[in-house]
Amino acid sequence: MVELVDIIEVENLAKRFDNSVAIQDVSFTIKKGEFVGLLGSNGAGKSTTIQILLGLITPSAGKVRIFGLSPWKERVQVLARTNFSSAYVAMPPNLKVIENLEVFARLYGVRDRKAKIQELMSLFGIEQLSQKMTGALSSGESTRVNLCKALLNDPELLLLDEPTASLDPDIADKVRNLLKQVQKERALTVVYTSHNMIDVEELCQRVLFLHQGRIIAQGTPAELVANLGEESLEEVFISIARDRVRLPHSQQ
Amino acid sequence: MLVVRLDRVFALCYRYFLVLSRSSFRVMDIVFWPVMDLLVWGFVSSYFAKSGGVVSPAVSFLVGGIIFFNVLYRAQQSISVSFLEDLWSRNLLSIFVSPITVAEFVSATYVVGVAQSVTVTIIMSLMASLLYAFDIFSMSWYLIPLFVNLLVMGWWLGLGTTAFILRYGYQAEALAWAVPFLLQPVSAVFYPVSVLPTALQAIAWLLPSTYVFEGMRNILQGGADSTSTLFLVKAALFNLLYWTVTVVFFGKMLSRARERGSLAKIVV
Repeated sequence: MVELVDIIEVENLAKRFDNSVAIQDVSFTIKKGEFVGLLGSNGAGKSTTIQILLGLITPSAGKVRIFGLSPWKERVQVLARTNFSSAYVAMPPNLKVIENLEVFARLYGVRDRKAKIQELMSLFGIEQLSQKMTGALSSGESTRVNLCKALLNDPELLLLDEPTASLDPDIADKVRNLLKQVQKERALTVVYTSHNMIDVEELCQRVLFLHQGRIIAQGTPAELVANLGEESLEEVFISIARDRVRLPHSQQ
Repeated sequence: MLVVRLDRVFALCYRYFLVLSRSSFRVMDIVFWPVMDLLVWGFVSSYFAKSGGVVSPAVSFLVGGIIFFNVLYRAQQSISVSFLEDLWSRNLLSIFVSPITVAEFVSATYVVGVAQSVTVTIIMSLMASLLYAFDIFSMSWYLIPLFVNLLVMGWWLGLGTTAFILRYGYQAEALAWAVPFLLQPVSAVFYPVSVLPTALQAIAWLLPSTYVFEGMRNILQGGADSTSTLFLVKAALFNLLYWTVTVVFFGKMLSRARERGSLAKIVV
C-alpha cells in the first residue's frame, strides 16, 4: 500500500508577467504515487505551473513545497529527487546515446552508472541504439531515450511535458504502456501534461483542469466526464476551453 | 552558488570535450582563425620590418598581441559559446533542471576555457617561433601572470555576456562574439595606450587587458622590472574587482530571468 505523503504542496500560487496574469490562486496537493494530469488549452497556465515546480520561474505570490522543501532555496536537494522529460527538449545531437546518458548519470550522481543505463535501455527496448548518434534518432527513439534519462536517478517525482507529442499512435501506445508499468513498479509520483486525451484517460488517476490561469475542475477522468455531462474527456476539454460549461460548485 | 561537486564538473567537461571533438566547425573556430590571424599579421609586420617601415620589436609586439589576445578570446568564448551550444541543441533545460549548481556549470566552462587557451597558445607559440623567431619564453615567469590575467578577464567577460543572454535571450546572442572585439581597440593589444585619444586612454586604463599588453611590451623590450610587475598587479586587482562585480551581476540577472520568465523562455 502506497503511503499518502504529500509530494507537492501548492498554495494560492500566482504568477504575473508585465501586463498579464499567467496563473492565479492555484492550490493543489499531489500525494506519493499519484499520476496526475495537468490539462488546459494553450495559455491556460500549465507550462508556467510546471516551470515553477522546476524552479525555472519564481512565483509572484503563494507557496510551493516539493518533498517539504523549497524548489528555489533547496533547489539541488529537490532536483536530485526529481526528473523531467519533454517532447521539446533534446540532447547534444553529435553525442552517442550512451554518452549522453552517461553524462546525465554523472550529473545526477548515479552509482553504478553502466548497470543503471543498461537496465533502463533494456526496459525501454533501446539497447541497439546505444552507439547511435542522438541527432540521428527518430521521434519515437528520442522519446524513449529521454525517458531513460528521466529515470536515471530513480526519481520520486517525474514531470512529463507532452512526452507523446509527435509520436505515431503505435509508438505512443507503447510509451504509455511503459509509463504505466514504470509508475506502478516504482510507486512514482507523476505530473503529466498532454493535449492527447487518450494519454490522460489511460494514465492519469486524477486531472487538474486549468483555464485562464485557475484550476476550474478536478477529479478522476471519469468523474469529470460524468459531472460535466459530456461524453468524453476530449468533450470536457473543448467545453472548458470554449467557456461552455457551468461547473458544479464541488468541481470549482 | 558556492557548492561545487567535482564529479558534476567533470561530467560537463567530458561532454564539452566530446561535443568539441566531433564538431569540425568548432575545432576550426578554435584553431583555424587564430592561426590565420597569426600568419597574415605576422607576415605583414615582417614585410614592413624588412622594408624598413617598422622597427624590429614591432613584429614581436604584434605576434605577442595576437597570441595573448587569443587567450582572452578563448576564455570568454568557452563560457558564452558553450552556453549557446546548449541552447541551440535544446539541451539547456535538461541541464538547468538537473541538480547541478550555477557554480558547477560555470566551473566546467572555466576548465574548458583553460584547456582551449593553453592548446591555442601552444600551437600559436610554436608557429611564431618557427616563422618569426618569436620566443614566448623570453618573458620567463612573467608568462604566468600575463596568461592568468587574460584568462580571468575572459572568464568574467564570458560570464557577463552569458548573463545578458539569460536575461535578454537570443537577441543578445551576438554579444558572445562581439564583446572581446569591442574591447580590443581600447585594450592596447597591438599599440601602446599613448596612441589613443585622451578620452579613450582614460577608458583603456580601466581595463585589465591594457595593463597586460602594456606589461607584455615592456617585458619584450627587455624591461622585466618593477614597472612590468606593477602593470600585472594592477591588472590582477582590476580583474578581482570586475570578476566580483560580474558574479553579483550574473546572480541578479539569473534571479531577474526567473522572475520575468525569460529563463524558462530561452531554455524551453
